[in-house]
Amino acid sequence: MNRMSWFNAVSLTLGFAFLYIPMVILVIFSFNESKLVTVWAGFSTKWYGELLQNEAFLNAAWVTIKVAVFSSTMATVLGTIAAYVLVRGGRFMGRTLFSGMIYAPLVMPEVITGLSLLLLFIGIGLDRGVFTIVLAHTTFAMCYVSVVVSSRLVTFDRSLEEAALDLGCSPAEAFRLVTLPIIAPAVISGWLLAFTLSLDDLVIASFTSGPSATTLPIKIFSAVRLGVSPEINALSTIMISIVTVGVITASLVTKHQVARQKREEQAAERA
Amino acid sequence: MTASVFEPWNDPEAKPLIHFQNVTKRYGEFTAIDNLTIDIYEREFYALLGPSGCGKTTLMRMLAGFETPTEGKIFLAGQDIAPVPPNKRAVNMMFQSYALFPHLSIWENIAFGLKREKMPKHDINDRVEEMLRLTRLEKFARRKPHQISGGQRQRVALARSLAKHPKLLLLDEPLGALDKKLRQETQFELMDIQEKTGTTFVIVTHDQEEAMTVASRVAVMDHGKIIQVATPDRIYESPNSVYVADFIGDVNLIEGTAKLNGSEAYAMSWHEGHEPLTVKSPNAFSDGQKCHLAIRPEKVAISAEKPADADNAVQGRILDIAYLGNISTYHVELPTGAVIKAQTANTRRIARRAYTWEDTVWLSWTATAGVLLAD
Repeated sequence: MNRMSWFNAVSLTLGFAFLYIPMVILVIFSFNESKLVTVWAGFSTKWYGELLQNEAFLNAAWVTIKVAVFSSTMATVLGTIAAYVLVRGGRFMGRTLFSGMIYAPLVMPEVITGLSLLLLFIGIGLDRGVFTIVLAHTTFAMCYVSVVVSSRLVTFDRSLEEAALDLGCSPAEAFRLVTLPIIAPAVISGWLLAFTLSLDDLVIASFTSGPSATTLPIKIFSAVRLGVSPEINALSTIMISIVTVGVITASLVTKHQVARQKREEQAAERA
Repeated sequence: MTASVFEPWNDPEAKPLIHFQNVTKRYGEFTAIDNLTIDIYEREFYALLGPSGCGKTTLMRMLAGFETPTEGKIFLAGQDIAPVPPNKRAVNMMFQSYALFPHLSIWENIAFGLKREKMPKHDINDRVEEMLRLTRLEKFARRKPHQISGGQRQRVALARSLAKHPKLLLLDEPLGALDKKLRQETQFELMDIQEKTGTTFVIVTHDQEEAMTVASRVAVMDHGKIIQVATPDRIYESPNSVYVADFIGDVNLIEGTAKLNGSEAYAMSWHEGHEPLTVKSPNAFSDGQKCHLAIRPEKVAISAEKPADADNAVQGRILDIAYLGNISTYHVELPTGAVIKAQTANTRRIARRAYTWEDTVWLSWTATAGVLLAD
């Protein structure tokens, strides 16, 4: 490998510093003994202990996870169906309009999405709570899922489905036994994307949540307005580590699979 | 070998397995299949041959059920199959890309169709083992499609499509992805398997050599129409049109006008100041009708002196010599400017060529060597 030029080394350092210094500071101060966030007074894990005692935060975390699981699952089902119809449905009336409309919420400002959902829920007299947040998150995450899944379907060899029909599958069986297992990685990454989007959404959730249900981002945001407490640092550190572990695991698994597939293909060539 | 020759198409009693009745298929303005009527018989190995875009793939996809005819009817064993969806037809297809299911093992790929039939587990096992044996894939049953070579994948695709005992097997460019040597071996394997299983095969190909090798009959298509259906030797020796003569193999075409000269014999004048050519032809031509003499290069002899007893002899100058090892092709320019190809087998070692560039030579052929075709 070539030695890195000083220019590249500096750019790399600056880039990573820009990205990670804020987070590193946050993590360091989560272990601060002092109640004052900006003054270091020795190492301690007491804020993590206090966090576990804080009922309000734990409740919010539970609501957030529930919302994320339900909304990402619903978004994945709906988004996959939408992608399938748009890619496979052939030409039907208004197809261009539909495919344009499915991408529109991606570029729509979240404030507008949130506000319009709020108006809808008030209009039909739906009490705001976990259910309305789930609905709202499903609505906007579904577009992301359908984008991810349709990009996979576009490159999907159609003769695989025809082969399944030819061998006696009904169209539904062909989807279940052939299409779905093959596009599963895209569906799973769509689900993960929807899950993360729901997990850290603040704007839409604050429009659609009610007094009975608060998500973690809302809770953190309102707590911070009264001053940053080390407890919040501790909570954020936990979230960062969960995400980090997830990302590292996913990339290791992918790397391992690619390496295995390559090895097997080489073995097949030799045979 | 049985004593009787297999040619049900000559038997007026024989019932075709497949009957296309005035089938037309249009995509908007474009006519892919144009009022086509054909019969395909049981146990036949039927090749659809033509350039890309001639409608051969559309024809096959209509048999599989992925396309429906715009007009006309298709009968399979006497039954109109228009309302039958692909998954209910006793027709299986081997796809050009093989379309093996990447998430299933070779064994599961072959068993896929059988499981859909709700066949008992024991019978599925037996049938899959039988197919693996037939295609010599026993060792690879547990592998995934990406873990085997291209030739093996081709055999898996064949095994999977034959597993359900289809009445008719469709093969879409089945050997297109293989290299030449493997392709030739596989052609014989295909014929062998077809004979063993007794299944009717319809193969789509643009490779005329492949069609000639495997097929009992070849259908040459162009622009959605069947131009000629015949056995490989008849397609080669007596093409019914200039298109077929030109499409199959190498051919010399000499243009001229016909004049009846005896029974089924014509004198074809082709150039002023030259003796007319003598041609025997069962096809009738009126005097003065424009026609083409189609003659294969290997039926044209080349010599230094004018042969004394030849029906036809013309003089020309060697432009080019293509040495192909087993044969040599001489490109000879006639006084008219037309170039005639003559082929000779290199039966002796090529220490010294008898003719070389710019030599003046005589080309000769018999009256029955070529066929006379209308314009």
